[in-house]
Amino acid sequence: MDTRFWLIQAFNGISYGALLFLVGSGLSLIFGVMRIVNLSHGSYFLLGGYVALTVIWTTGSWLLALPVAALAIALIGLSMERIFLRPLGFDPLRQVLLTVGFAFLFQQAALDIWTGNNFDINPPDVLTRSVVVGGLYLPLYRLFMIGIALAIGVILWLVMDKTRMGAAVRATVDDAQMARGVGIDTSRISMLIFSLGAFLAALGGVIGGAFLGIYPGLDFEILPIAFAVVIIGGMGSLGGAAIGALLVGLADNFGKALFPEISYFTLYAPMALILAVKPTGLFGRE
Amino acid sequence: MTNQQLKVAMVVVALIAIVVIVPNTNSFVILLATRALAFSILVMSLDILLGFTGLASLGQAAYLGVGAYLTAILATRYQFGLGFDFWLVIVLGILLGAALAAIFGLLAIRATGVYFLMITLALGQCVWGLAYRWNSLTGGDNGINLRGRPKFGIDLANEITFFYVVLAFFAASLLLMYVLVRSPFGRSLAGIRERELRMRILGYNTWLHKYIAFVIAGGFGGLSGVLWAHTAGIVSPENVVLTTSVDALLMAVLGGAGTLVGGVIGAGIVFGLREYLSTLVPWWQYVLGAVYVLTILFLPTGLMGIPERIRRWRASPRKPEGAKQLASIPS
Repeated sequence: MDTRFWLIQAFNGISYGALLFLVGSGLSLIFGVMRIVNLSHGSYFLLGGYVALTVIWTTGSWLLALPVAALAIALIGLSMERIFLRPLGFDPLRQVLLTVGFAFLFQQAALDIWTGNNFDINPPDVLTRSVVVGGLYLPLYRLFMIGIALAIGVILWLVMDKTRMGAAVRATVDDAQMARGVGIDTSRISMLIFSLGAFLAALGGVIGGAFLGIYPGLDFEILPIAFAVVIIGGMGSLGGAAIGALLVGLADNFGKALFPEISYFTLYAPMALILAVKPTGLFGRE
Repeated sequence: MTNQQLKVAMVVVALIAIVVIVPNTNSFVILLATRALAFSILVMSLDILLGFTGLASLGQAAYLGVGAYLTAILATRYQFGLGFDFWLVIVLGILLGAALAAIFGLLAIRATGVYFLMITLALGQCVWGLAYRWNSLTGGDNGINLRGRPKFGIDLANEITFFYVVLAFFAASLLLMYVLVRSPFGRSLAGIRERELRMRILGYNTWLHKYIAFVIAGGFGGLSGVLWAHTAGIVSPENVVLTTSVDALLMAVLGGAGTLVGGVIGAGIVFGLREYLSTLVPWWQYVLGAVYVLTILFLPTGLMGIPERIRRWRASPRKPEGAKQLASIPS
């Protein structure tokens, strides 16, 4: 175990964290704004990957698959929020169970449409090469993932921090009742954030499909990890989601490399401890 | 007969009906019933938290998991628990489930609502992570195959004998939990569910009440795990995965939270759909998903709540919106 090992593992961890940021940031915002534990978030990730596969099979364009898949899943998220979640009112248990009921429905639909086979999403050849930095071979694709996550993070941050819309979202996270009181349309905010969350998760599915693969069961594999990101980072906070994603990505990679037998334990035990000590997460808004 | 006595009598009649009917059916139904009964002990233990204490746990499969892994590891590595020592394994399973809950409870009980959901999810994932990754102990993804059921005078390999044993454990658990929720302790739990602050002001140590309920539920979860291991014949991370916890929660809500027996009805329906319907049609999971979604949208009080809703609807025939009002009451 030399410096190379540490550097490669750190690089892999950071790029995995970039992917987790895409899944986790949306989940975090949804939780912050609506206080919903959305158990169909993993399904959005998986469905995003599947829709992208269909687009690639029919048009051959990977670049086209990114927006099409993300928008299609955003639409599904939007309808779910409008038709089913909104009329339910605030009841955490029923919301959770409803989202999981949908996760089962999505699972079956995916099985029917895309069969139970494992697929890989192949990115364009340009991205499959490696670059050599200081004697280390770094896959270009992983650099691309980090780039995408950075770009989306910056855009989200700008929107949240600098626009009126973003201010309304932050107000809703802090105190939805008060926000309604001062005339913010929190119902519309919820709709937007839920769709945005689905959009980001699906984008993550397309991008992650290249190295995780796309297969049945991936939805409930990625879901708890996304929750770990949200909780460690803090619910409803973008910066928190970024740090949470980075920590989870690194912990996951080093955990699997250094002590494989307890690698998931080392991921979820801190999550439980953080929740017990500070329920809003490390960087959550009080 | 009071209303409550009538309900108890109906449950007893239903149990007797199960005793008489199930052994005379084919082995498919017997195995199905055995599975549903073993699992429904877990669902009922969850109902103590969900229906009687107001704590929705998303990690209840962890307790089934430790009970099941304990049984499998003792049986395959040490040939322990395959004779009369089966009873010792039962006790150990209950103790291990309760001990795990005692540790997890220290972290989880302070949280409420959504945060309780999240922290129990995280704790459940800890157990799953160990089951999935700790190859040398748990066999990793492949799990552990049990090579045979215990034999002590009676041979549990006989499916009908085993069915009776599981049914006996189920009935005993149901009785114990029923006594528990009807006891003064159970009444205080219901008080905490309704309004925790008021109970605290009245001088109840609500944290301790919830903690004890959590530990008891863990103990029953462990028992359910021991029985599950011998029912299924294999223990794998599948038994502790998030979806198993979610299944338990859905079964409790489908049957009707806060009714105990609702849990076994929910378990019966879900196992029935999953194992019988799946042999008939490939799209069975749509039915399951739809049952869940429709229950949550239109039957928040579960199947056990139907008679009550009909009664209320009859009592106010001129106001059909009465049903709507009921639906808005959080379950």
